[in-house]
Amino acid sequence: MKTTTDRQRLWRALLYLRPYWKTTTAIYIAMLAINLINVLTPQFIRRGIDQGIYGGDLAQLGLATGLLLGFTLVKGVFTYYQGQGTEIVSQNVAYDLRNELLQKLTHLSLTFHDRTTAGQILTRAMQDVERIRFLTGRAVLRLIEGAVLIGLTAVVLIWMNRTLALLIIMTLPLLLHRAYRYGQQFRPLSLEIQNQLGVLTTRLEQNLRGARIVKAFAQETAEIERFTTENEKWFDLSARATRVQAINAPMLDGIANIGAVFILWVGGWLVVQNQLTLGELVAFTTYLAMLIRPINLIGRIIPILAIAASAGERIFAITDALVTVDDAPDAVELPRLRGQVRFEQVSFAYPDGNTVLHDVSFEAQPGQIVALMGATGSGKTTLTNLIARFYDPTAGQVLLDGIDTRRVRKQSLRSQIGFVMQDTILFAASIRENISFGRPDADEATLIQAARDAQAHDFIMALPEGYNTRVGERGVTLSGGQKQRLAIARALLTDPRILILDDATASVDNQTERLIQQALARLMAGRTTFVIAHRLSTVQRADLILLLDQGRIVARGTHADLLATSPLYRQIYALQVQPEGIVA
Amino acid sequence: MSFSFSPGMGPRGAIQQMGQEAKGGRLYNQRVVASMLVFVRPYRQRMGVAFLFMLLATGCTLLAPYLIKVAIDAYIVVGDVDGLARLALFIALAYLGLYVASAGQEFLLGWTSQRVLADVRAALLNHLQKLSLGYHDRTISGVTVSRVINDVAVINDLLTQGLIALFGDLLVLGGIVVIMLNMSPRLALYTFAVLPLMAAVTYLFSRRARDAFRLTRQRIAVLVGALAETIGGIRVIQAFAQEAAIAERFEGVNDANRAANINAIRLSFIFLPSIEFLGVLSTAVVLYFGGRAVAGETVTLGVMVAFLAYVTRFFQPIQELSRLYTTLQSAMAGGEQVLRLLETAPDVVDAPDAIVMPPIKGAVALKNVSFAYQADGPEILHAVDLRVEPGQMVALVGPTGAGKTTIANLIPRFYEVNEGRVTIDGIDVRTVTQASLRAQFGLVPQDPFLFAGTIADNIRFGQLDAGQDEVEAAARLANAHEFIQGLPQGYETQILEGAVNLSVGQRQLLCIARAALVDPRILILDEATASVDTVTEVLIQQALEQLMHGRTAIVIAHRLSTIRHADLICLVQNGRIVARGPHERLIVDSPLYRELYQRQFLAQA
Repeated sequence: MKTTTDRQRLWRALLYLRPYWKTTTAIYIAMLAINLINVLTPQFIRRGIDQGIYGGDLAQLGLATGLLLGFTLVKGVFTYYQGQGTEIVSQNVAYDLRNELLQKLTHLSLTFHDRTTAGQILTRAMQDVERIRFLTGRAVLRLIEGAVLIGLTAVVLIWMNRTLALLIIMTLPLLLHRAYRYGQQFRPLSLEIQNQLGVLTTRLEQNLRGARIVKAFAQETAEIERFTTENEKWFDLSARATRVQAINAPMLDGIANIGAVFILWVGGWLVVQNQLTLGELVAFTTYLAMLIRPINLIGRIIPILAIAASAGERIFAITDALVTVDDAPDAVELPRLRGQVRFEQVSFAYPDGNTVLHDVSFEAQPGQIVALMGATGSGKTTLTNLIARFYDPTAGQVLLDGIDTRRVRKQSLRSQIGFVMQDTILFAASIRENISFGRPDADEATLIQAARDAQAHDFIMALPEGYNTRVGERGVTLSGGQKQRLAIARALLTDPRILILDDATASVDNQTERLIQQALARLMAGRTTFVIAHRLSTVQRADLILLLDQGRIVARGTHADLLATSPLYRQIYALQVQPEGIVA
Repeated sequence: MSFSFSPGMGPRGAIQQMGQEAKGGRLYNQRVVASMLVFVRPYRQRMGVAFLFMLLATGCTLLAPYLIKVAIDAYIVVGDVDGLARLALFIALAYLGLYVASAGQEFLLGWTSQRVLADVRAALLNHLQKLSLGYHDRTISGVTVSRVINDVAVINDLLTQGLIALFGDLLVLGGIVVIMLNMSPRLALYTFAVLPLMAAVTYLFSRRARDAFRLTRQRIAVLVGALAETIGGIRVIQAFAQEAAIAERFEGVNDANRAANINAIRLSFIFLPSIEFLGVLSTAVVLYFGGRAVAGETVTLGVMVAFLAYVTRFFQPIQELSRLYTTLQSAMAGGEQVLRLLETAPDVVDAPDAIVMPPIKGAVALKNVSFAYQADGPEILHAVDLRVEPGQMVALVGPTGAGKTTIANLIPRFYEVNEGRVTIDGIDVRTVTQASLRAQFGLVPQDPFLFAGTIADNIRFGQLDAGQDEVEAAARLANAHEFIQGLPQGYETQILEGAVNLSVGQRQLLCIARAALVDPRILILDEATASVDTVTEVLIQQALEQLMHGRTAIVIAHRLSTIRHADLICLVQNGRIVARGPHERLIVDSPLYRELYQRQFLAQA
């Protein structure tokens, strides 16, 4: 723990144990009991030797043996409860952390998700949580256990024989010092190794993503060389770490062993002088052997604490992230919309200052079709995201039926907006669950009607288990056209007042194309619709076309108007709108 | 799932690995071990020395309790203080030997396993360079990264903690058995009476543990899946206001994972104390029967003390078993993934008698070429014929998915044709080495991909020994010199990940400069569709014209000016060239071309 902040993070992580304080306390009581028995065990052996064997009292030998077994049995029970309890508590911490992360993630606005990759989130929720779990479970337990065992042993040893005890206790600072130094040497190296592995990973990712370029320029050999350079750097660091490890880890054992030799020597001498019994000598060596393991563990766990702290840092960065789009305290239910949408001088910028929309104003009347046109990155998607309040504008306001979206409950707003996006996202669940995703309480008849309207019913019935067929991962694979119709059914079922859709189709045959057209027409009927347009029929039908360029509306009007007046529109239209006559 | 500490296990790595372990799970896979041993071979001398150190360490470990026995029996009981001092010195030396041996063994083993790791990674990268673009199209790069970075790391565990540890433990066990039998056969046999019980417990545990631990891996794979699905579908979830329902669903999966883990650990903690109890039972047996024997003077106290020490050592490796078990399982699963990648056969390979491509004049021909991305997949190109004369510019036009890019990709032999042949200057591309062929190509991709590194590095990408003047000349030709000069660090400006510090237009100019530097004979140009500001657009147009000058150029065309300047236009539709000729003729002859032109190109006028 280099800094206080590391310490704070560790504390904060440990606070997740609070709801389980009873079990946690029980674990530590069990741990105490286990170690008491551990410390007692050599005494039984001593008693067996001194009173049983040398005292000639074989009943004492039997008693010692019996006690040994009895206590071990008791210890076994404690060990079971401790091990299981530690797992229960730490798994609960992981469970709570993951639930907390997921809830937070579902509520964080797209501002967050646009800037964070799925991989980053997954690492945090899986690996980093696992590290915290280890911290709250075994790591702290072992640390405290080590301290307890060392303390208890010291007490027993002093009680048995001061001279010898002093000998053992003198080796302790040395052992702890070595363990600490070991951790100190190892930690920076392990961080460097981790960084270098990151560099290696980036090189590899670049090589794979740029595979076509690498091949086109015949640079395979140079790529191998570049990778090899980084790979060798990694190896050198790893070899250094291995050396540190190889020198230090057995040294702890070595110091303890040399200590044992001293005990044998001095202790043997004391036995000869009749100041110590043989049984006591044997017990002493047993105690020293017992101490090696916890000290080793302490040496290993200390560097892990730093890693857990950085895991905590990454996790808390998410749990502490501000939900920027949140219901106002006095937010009201949005009444059933007529469907008028008005943007008043709306701008939107990411927190890093990257402005995506500049001063956008327009008005759409209930039932109108608004087509959005513009090059990639011109701001079309951001504009639709603002209607559903996935973001809040940085300036200006978005009004639905004259009500500012920030004044209403998100739930009541979004339940009146339907989405059909370009890459249809279905969940790994049955078709029924996917269609009723926005309205889980919909009855069978309504559900089937939505599927019929979306021209999806027939193909669903042809699937092996009809509406119960699982789709997505570990389910059946649907074609692009089928997925799109499910998305339309899903949107239809919520009976939205405002519809946001991307009308691009994956390459489908004419028959499917016609079905999708019909489904879309039914979906759009009577609703205010915003379309990211790719079809001629859509732009021709649009009441209003907004042409976006670098975040601004640069032209607006109908298809015919814009074709006549805007060269940029002609260009975008050429690139974006599919020439339906030519697509097979 | 036990807490594993592979530093830097990448994000996708984690997901992949967790997913795969659920499928694998065999404890010993001979193919995996055999293939990894091939990588160990070059270091077999070091391994040999490590093995000797291990023998030495084992010997010292086994010797120590025996020496303690001697100390008690021959010196302490007799009262020989000087002898005891001598022996203590001797034991100290034995421990010193043990330290040296353990340190040596640990270093050599660690060194070798890291070395092998680096070698396997290098071998994988090497192999990946040989795989065709077909492989890279089919595989998500994250999956491959996880193979090379993470799956390989578990081989380390296999070497250091798995096989060697297992072997060392067996050696210790064997040694202890022999020593105990020698010291006191009777007492030894009493001690071993516990062994069948131990074997039974271990057998019962490993059978149930396998299922329990497999279940934990399955559950964690499901958990990762649910999480990934949630993150991927966050827009839909928020759009349909289903945050609460999703959170509830996730809690179920999360709970199942928790339960499986607790159950598996519960099993372990029935096993561990049971083994410990049996171990103590052995100790008790030694204490009781040994004690009686010492009292009856059939066995010395030293023997009994040595026995107590040996018994403790005896049960340590058995307790380690459950840990070793999971290590081995995941090592094998990881090894299998690595092996699978290494065994993926490259599908575009140099012929054994491949020659070096002579300097290309620039005549390109496709003769009756058919192509499918996968053997059993749909055919993408059907009997395509194309002839391009040296220095000509050919524009491929047509709707998305028609096969334009595929045609372009076949010329530098990124893929292998299924039927027909591709020739350059009359030479079949399959008869020359890929390196000599592609060294004479230049490519400007649609998505302007740049590598991490400086701007100069990127321009120099195709010819690493190019001097600064050549780099600048290429940049000038590509109209990139000016904006590069305007950057604070000029040519030494670092390109950030995703090249976010450059505009799309600037990236395109750099891609053109990169192609210009290699002075290619044939140029493949996939025109970008992303719109850039008008000034940059003019710069790009000019740069491309200069680049194409005097070279054969295959252009996947989206620009009006391109088709106007093209010597030959090929209209591609559904994997066929359905019309070809110069613009003036096609506009008259082909109604399809006319429609496409009016819709896609004329609007740009």
